[in-house]
Amino acid sequence: MAEDNRNDILQCEIIETRREMSLADLCEVCTVTSERVVQLVDEGLVEPKGREPAEWRFSGRSVTRVVVAERLSRDLRLNAAGAALVLDLLDEVTQLRQRLLRLEQTDEY
Amino acid sequence: MEYRDYYKVMGVERDAAQDEIKRAYRKLARKYHPDVSKDADAEQRFKEVGEAYAVLKDPEKRAAYDQLGADWKKGQDFQPPPNWDQGFEFHGGDFAGGGGEEFSDFFESLFGRGDFRGGFTRADHRQSRTRGEDTFARIVVDLEDSYRGATRSITLKHTEIGEDGRPRVRDRTLNVKIPKGVRPGQHIRLAKQGSVGVGGGASGDLFLEIAFRPHPKFLVEGKDVYLNLRVAPWEAELGASVKTSTPTGDVSLTIPPHSKAGRKLRLKGRGLPGKEPGDFYAVLQIALPRAGTDKQKTAYREFASAFDFDPRRDSEG
Repeated sequence: MAEDNRNDILQCEIIETRREMSLADLCEVCTVTSERVVQLVDEGLVEPKGREPAEWRFSGRSVTRVVVAERLSRDLRLNAAGAALVLDLLDEVTQLRQRLLRLEQTDEY
Repeated sequence: MEYRDYYKVMGVERDAAQDEIKRAYRKLARKYHPDVSKDADAEQRFKEVGEAYAVLKDPEKRAAYDQLGADWKKGQDFQPPPNWDQGFEFHGGDFAGGGGEEFSDFFESLFGRGDFRGGFTRADHRQSRTRGEDTFARIVVDLEDSYRGATRSITLKHTEIGEDGRPRVRDRTLNVKIPKGVRPGQHIRLAKQGSVGVGGGASGDLFLEIAFRPHPKFLVEGKDVYLNLRVAPWEAELGASVKTSTPTGDVSLTIPPHSKAGRKLRLKGRGLPGKEPGDFYAVLQIALPRAGTDKQKTAYREFASAFDFDPRRDSEG
């Protein structure tokens, strides 16, 4: 693996628009245990459709939320609640930055 | 190899207490965490801080580092003095300062390479088969790539374990198909393009976070695309049909009468494509013609006399 496939074109998928996933799928993609996902669901960090874990369906966006939450937990020693708060605030900051960029541009004439 | 000033990296004095170092590290780790900071060099800074902390948090390593003396400057060419670490006892392991990245040559010349890769990226050698790590990178694409889909050649710094069992970094070029409709902040996943598994385990995945290169005309907000459209005062007030550019080509846009600056004209579904495509907005900006000649100045005066208009009066009609 990891050869230079200079001539091959790699196909890829957009995670956020992926079709819905079961708990097992999410664990596999994110390399986390199901216990950990249950913990993150309890904090509202990811919000699957369905009542029981066996019925849970996760959106594609859950993948990046879980992966980033795991990195934040490890590197900044955040618990699940802290990571959930950071993710929500980061989403808001991103939106506000994009809007700010647009509005700042409006003034230049 | 270049000398690294770990105290400077951490922003502490050389006589800082261990507690101070810990506090400085936590603060900088939050500031430069690559998931939090959008600075282009955040990841680099985060690694530097992790490396500095790996040395300074450990009293044994810190004492050995201090022994090199305070006269070195950052970036100065450095060779460790012979037997420089004689008499210092090191306890290995627990180098999980940052994200499990490799440290600099400077660090390795002092403290060796060893098994210092901390955090979750460390392969567990007790297991015979281990899945490779997932790896992450940020790539910049053009707005047009999202509209049309594109194939982009990207070069990533790839870390792999060499035959001697040591990690090394090399450039790796991949041709990636940028999917149509991708939005800034979204991630694309390339299955099995992460790190190689151990003992025949599967390779990890490669995740790429998408950012857009700033476009000279258009601005992206979520899945919507904006254009600031300059119109003349008479076009805004009397209505007009104007030609405007969109990422999919020129269109003719109807400006309704009595339009004010900031009015958003929507072209539904002309934003970033997708199952639920975004919208395209032309935001009106009223441009005033400059009065240069006498005739033009007269026109402005006649304009003024035709109205009983005071722009400072609360709200115009």
